Amino acid sequence: MTTPLLEARALVKTYGHVQALRGANFTAYAGEVVALIGDNGAGKSTLVSCLSGTSQADAGEVWFEGRQVRLDSPAHAQRLGIEVVYQDLALAADLDPAANLFLGRELMRPGVLGWFGVLDRRRMREEATAAFGELGIELPDAGTRVSSLSGGQRQSVAVARSVAWASKVIFMDEPTAALGVVQRERVLDVMRRVRDRGIAVVLISHNMPEVLAVADRVEVLRLGQRVARFDIAGVSLDDLVGAMTGALDVTDGAA
Amino acid sequence: MTHAALRTFLEGRDIGQEVGRSRRVKNLIGDYGLVAIFVVCFVVLSATTSGFLTVDNLINVIEQSSIIGFLAIGLTFVMLTGGIDLSVGAVVGLAGVVSASFAQSAGAGGLLPLALGLTVGLLVGLVNSGLIIRGGVLPFLATLAVLTIARGLALIYSDGGPTTGLSNPFQVLGAGMIGPVPVLVVMFVAVVLVAEFVLRRTAFGRHVYAVGGNVESARTVGVSVNRVLLGVYLICGLLAGLAGVVLAARVNGADPMAGNGYELEAISAVVIGGTSFFGGSGSVRGTVLGVMLLGVVMNGLNLLDVTSYYQQVVQGLVLVLAVLLNRWKSG
Repeated sequence: MTTPLLEARALVKTYGHVQALRGANFTAYAGEVVALIGDNGAGKSTLVSCLSGTSQADAGEVWFEGRQVRLDSPAHAQRLGIEVVYQDLALAADLDPAANLFLGRELMRPGVLGWFGVLDRRRMREEATAAFGELGIELPDAGTRVSSLSGGQRQSVAVARSVAWASKVIFMDEPTAALGVVQRERVLDVMRRVRDRGIAVVLISHNMPEVLAVADRVEVLRLGQRVARFDIAGVSLDDLVGAMTGALDVTDGAA
Repeated sequence: MTHAALRTFLEGRDIGQEVGRSRRVKNLIGDYGLVAIFVVCFVVLSATTSGFLTVDNLINVIEQSSIIGFLAIGLTFVMLTGGIDLSVGAVVGLAGVVSASFAQSAGAGGLLPLALGLTVGLLVGLVNSGLIIRGGVLPFLATLAVLTIARGLALIYSDGGPTTGLSNPFQVLGAGMIGPVPVLVVMFVAVVLVAEFVLRRTAFGRHVYAVGGNVESARTVGVSVNRVLLGVYLICGLLAGLAGVVLAARVNGADPMAGNGYELEAISAVVIGGTSFFGGSGSVRGTVLGVMLLGVVMNGLNLLDVTSYYQQVVQGLVLVLAVLLNRWKSG
């Protein structure tokens, strides 16, 4: 088997008296969609935050491209090509989609103007339009504020931002939660397209039909530990639900 | 599946876009509702009074509004981040007495006092942001404390009395004319243009909106939140210092109690201009409109011989109306 692109080894994370992760493992390979599923409180969000630099595990190791790394900030993870689409989208409502796409990584005018922080708005707008187009995302107008977009369009902007910057791994936390049928299909399509670029797509979802439709592999968390891993071929809804609830007893290894 | 849902499904768009449309209408009215109110006030006053629609009077309105205007523009930056700066009125007093004290000899120039006044403003901004960023104090409380301290310092520095007899070059800063246009108006327009540019065309400006929209999100995408906060309180302090200097120059004297209560008037103007009290949305354009609306209404009431007691009531009503409009817009 190839080396995993991103790997969590025996991560432990405690918040006060709550042990969110109790030696959790996780593996993502390049060019796959891997679903990370689990019941509420299983530790999915904590695991994602440890693997994206938002928080640091108390114990355990994170491996990236065959080397052990310490992700001490989101910026560090971003430099490695790891991006997250957050459930709350993390968009600035009064800025337009292009501004959001480049938020924190603005392109400056060349020369003295850039020194003073003057933006190259045209280039950003052009590149943003290209990025949206590449993902098949249509926006009414690149100059509209995000606050006047529909829920689905906002989601598209958030997805596009992460996809545009992710060169290695992209975490998508319930990316279709706010979407209608058509847009949900479109986001799943985007995930497949991103995967085909050789990027590891990690889907966190409660929607099992969606997981079965798009994922290549599934890893199941329960009570802060990985309890099962499945290849999507041949797995049933019952297997997934069984592993999540503990009805199906499988160990950390492949079931 | 309902008929509407089926149709939107077949047409390949979801109901979210319908929501988007009514939002856009709301945004439109929210954005231009204030302009409409302004235009109505303007037309009514032009029709009912003889003195309103004259070049002299309109320049006078801008001139009178510009002191509050400087404060309101600084506050726009702060309030866009979700903060507040109550100390601006006290800074007007402190910067006024400090700068005026260096302009009393007949030979004194205008630039040194101006620079000192601006420095006072910057220092207060530095203290405010330090308390908020390093100390973790709520902006309301931090700047409330600084308000009291700055006012006290102004009284101590001036021995509680006015500083008068200021040099001519200094007075030019507040009362001078460039051709037919008052220096104050030129300064105000310049400040508005620069502020608008900074907010709209620079990375810093975008980060101001991002911090106000959602601090955690901004941090996650790599925005340096502390730098943004430092920047907005420095800008606000600087403009309050400027307001203090030009006010002293305009009336040829600095009163340590000058600017008392200006912070509330400026905050009103910012809110009337559509900037959210919770940050993230608003604009310098809106603030200028808010300042001008208040200015025009006050000017009109003066021309209509309405006593100042009633003027206060009207000012409050305008604020209520604007807040309701914003609420409806974001509802």
